[in-house]
Amino acid sequence: MTKKNKIKIKANGKYLLVNRGFTVKKLLTTLKIPSKKVAIELNEEIIDKSKIHKTLLKNKDKIEIVHFIGGG
Amino acid sequence: MLNNDPFIIDKTKYRSRLIVGTGKYKSFSECAKAVKISGAEIVTVAVRRVNITDKSKPLLMDYLNPKKIKYLPNTAGCFTSSEALRTLRLAREIGGWKLVKLEVLGDKKTLFPDMIETIKSTKVLVKEGFKVMVYCSDDPLIAKKLEDVGASAIMPLASPIGSGLGIINKVNIKIIKNKIKIPLIIDAGIGDAVDAAEAMQLGCDGVLINTAIAKAKKPLIMAEAMKLAVMSGRKSYLSGRIKKNTFGSASSPKSGII
Repeated sequence: MTKKNKIKIKANGKYLLVNRGFTVKKLLTTLKIPSKKVAIELNEEIIDKSKIHKTLLKNKDKIEIVHFIGGG
Repeated sequence: MLNNDPFIIDKTKYRSRLIVGTGKYKSFSECAKAVKISGAEIVTVAVRRVNITDKSKPLLMDYLNPKKIKYLPNTAGCFTSSEALRTLRLAREIGGWKLVKLEVLGDKKTLFPDMIETIKSTKVLVKEGFKVMVYCSDDPLIAKKLEDVGASAIMPLASPIGSGLGIINKVNIKIIKNKIKIPLIIDAGIGDAVDAAEAMQLGCDGVLINTAIAKAKKPLIMAEAMKLAVMSGRKSYLSGRIKKNTFGSASSPKSGII
């Protein structure tokens, strides 16, 4: 199903189709997620937020984006 | 509180000995108000996935400014050491938090901590430079072990999380206080202001409360009650209470009775 210029990634458990050449930073911007308020794991490894603008997403990448919510 | 009685965790001084949780409130707005009224300077927060489909959802950080109030990321809901470590490493990445609350649960029904996994995780986190406040059972030997492996605070449960049963094992809490040097903070099980004051009267250095405030019928009033109870219990503890006697001792002098 993957088109030539699209890749399929799994973000927070949901499949998304994004353009080939998309960076992690671009994904956050598209999802309107402020990078300062989150942490990101790419294929189970934490990625440095200062490097997300040059981290390219690949087909079948698994990304987790987490933030703080209320808790005890 | 008392000017000469600072509450110190990992070399940082706090005025308030009450730490509050931010879960279970009706809204972030109510939570923020309760935190303010409670006077707490540290709040616990959980790490969860961002909702990527509903972008309009408000963020906790929009209501509680992490620059003004200390966020204490927790590992609530983690049942293994690896889940807890993953959670706290992510929490640190969000904003450089080193002070964290470790909680590794062992049983879904009682929410009792798995102390074997907890001790294992504490060791790893300390090695990685985290300052770890540890949710634990009320066993004095376990508490001492946690101190020995480098925990920054010991946080035994008063009773099961969210139960509101108060302090079940007062003797153990007193023994723990006697055995350890790092801060002892009662975490979980507090039901009302009496329980909070009692924890302080037993000699605890602080109390962590979430459900008792968030789920009270009037959370904002309970937030104030808890603030006063913690202050009151602390002063009472420091003042040196009277000895308990089996028989009466008249308060008025016997001489000069007409």
